[in-house]
Amino acid sequence: MTAVELSSLGVSDLSDARTIEARPANPVRDVLSIAGRALRAVPRELETVIPPIFIALFFFIINIGTLQRLTQSHAKGFDIKAFMLPTAILIGVTGVSRAGALVLDIQDGYFDRLLLTPVRRLAILVGHMLADVAIACMLTVPILILALLIGVHLEAGPAGVVAFVLIAALWSLAFAGFAYAIALKTGNPAAVNSSFLLFFPFLFMTSSYVPRGQLSGWLNTIAAWNPVTYVLEGQRSLVSHGWQWGQLGKAAVAIGLVAILSMSLCLAALRQRTRRG
Amino acid sequence: MSGIRPVAIRADRLVRRFGELTAVDGVDLEIPRGEIYGFLGPNGAGKSTTVRVLCTLLSPSGGQAVVAGYDVATDPDRVRLRIGVALQEAALDPKQTGIELLRLQGRLYGLSRSEINQRLVELARLIDIGDALRRPIGTYSGGMKRRLDLAAALVHNPEVLFLDEPTTGLDPVSRARMWEEVRRLNRELEMTIFLTTQYLEEADELADRVGIINDGRLVAEGSPAELKRRVGEDVIVARLDGWAEPARSAVERLAGIHSVDTRGDEIVVTATDGAATIGAVAVALNGVAPVRHLTLRTPTLDDVFLELTGNHIQIDNHADAESERPERAEVA
Repeated sequence: MTAVELSSLGVSDLSDARTIEARPANPVRDVLSIAGRALRAVPRELETVIPPIFIALFFFIINIGTLQRLTQSHAKGFDIKAFMLPTAILIGVTGVSRAGALVLDIQDGYFDRLLLTPVRRLAILVGHMLADVAIACMLTVPILILALLIGVHLEAGPAGVVAFVLIAALWSLAFAGFAYAIALKTGNPAAVNSSFLLFFPFLFMTSSYVPRGQLSGWLNTIAAWNPVTYVLEGQRSLVSHGWQWGQLGKAAVAIGLVAILSMSLCLAALRQRTRRG
Repeated sequence: MSGIRPVAIRADRLVRRFGELTAVDGVDLEIPRGEIYGFLGPNGAGKSTTVRVLCTLLSPSGGQAVVAGYDVATDPDRVRLRIGVALQEAALDPKQTGIELLRLQGRLYGLSRSEINQRLVELARLIDIGDALRRPIGTYSGGMKRRLDLAAALVHNPEVLFLDEPTTGLDPVSRARMWEEVRRLNRELEMTIFLTTQYLEEADELADRVGIINDGRLVAEGSPAELKRRVGEDVIVARLDGWAEPARSAVERLAGIHSVDTRGDEIVVTATDGAATIGAVAVALNGVAPVRHLTLRTPTLDDVFLELTGNHIQIDNHADAESERPERAEVA
């Protein structure tokens, strides 16, 4: 918008400026403003969303290709495609966050600019996280479409699809809390990028490739304590069995416990980062 | 002056410590509304820390500061609604466009859509970067970023504007343009402007009053003319063919001399009547070492700083070479 175009809005000179005064925005507007900025950045930073989708699709296809014949011959009635869908989704959405962008804001000084405004400090964090939930939901779409195209059927129906996506997004958010905690604590992009490494033990010491009952004794024990196990089982229940409230409840508790831990760290880091003393 | 106009910024024995280091050490300020106040000092003197305390990014370790009528320690939210700040490094998001950045600023200050539109009209004219507002900020030159940073600080019509070294790293043309914008804001909106700078001519050109800070302490305050008068009426600068220090005593004993300072081969003499004294100074110096260059001029703020601290201001211009180069080559 040029000055000429802008002038069509009907303002003549600088002295009119005094008629406008700042006032505190409401908290919802603060959060939506920050989230809007974070979402606007996504099309300009496709490098942050394309690799997770690619990796998730890649593992989904490769894992099915590797295991389908084996499961068909040794586990009659076992649908490897349905089984692998939650694994692929969690690979895709875990570690996807705007925490990296937040670190750049800290480094560029833009974070200070935000702190100089009356915006609520918590809204800066919640706004980014709200954007993360939206991004995580979007990331699940291409994987779900592929799954439906290759014949996966969700027993829980259309509402189950929504619940499935919601579980993925909430898990993504709970895990993103660790990345935000690292971002706010360190202000270091490399440290934030390496937070994804935290996910490897979570994802591979669980039932991501075979049902929990088939895991070796020690790995089965670890999987029983691994929250990802319950997230996967909750999602799988929607795909293979319909609405199993017990499984869904365990998934919700697992996500909640991880979220309590990660958000506690995150809020402590935010307090430290915005402390003026 | 401060007796007539309400006070926009007041600091009473303001202290800010970082561990063992005392960056701001008992600074007192009283800046009336509508004044341009220049805060002058070398790198590391405590200018930026003072600004960060006054604009609520840091809490004071001691003392008190009141900005736009509110205490920065106990009422920071109210202070934030009334101040605009352009920090030393333009604090911008390189991936947003200029318009997106200004709109977001407006929203965070609670402005309605129509108010934001109105401010965009006014600010687009003020910062004069035309269609560049549509481009990602990463493609802007250093001068454009500074102007956009200034616009972002002004979106909500602050009563008090803090400019932390607004022209450091800018070329002379961009610097002159920024000066004009600062003058205009002060003239047309009667905005109080707290300007930190390491450029003496900037303080001289813009400021109604200047405070000189050194090692965290305010060592002098007054209008540029008042401060220069502290040095004396005239300044005689001589460059000798050799070390200047031995010549000091020869000059000091002359009549009408206010002070004598030496640095390397240079001797700086302040005198009440330079024209009447310069001949005697030249003769006295020639008795010690040959004079290669001799000038008579009126005092500058650098002379004031030298008089007060014993040092010249060392200007850090490291950013100059890079500042006018856009961060990235592509243009949206």
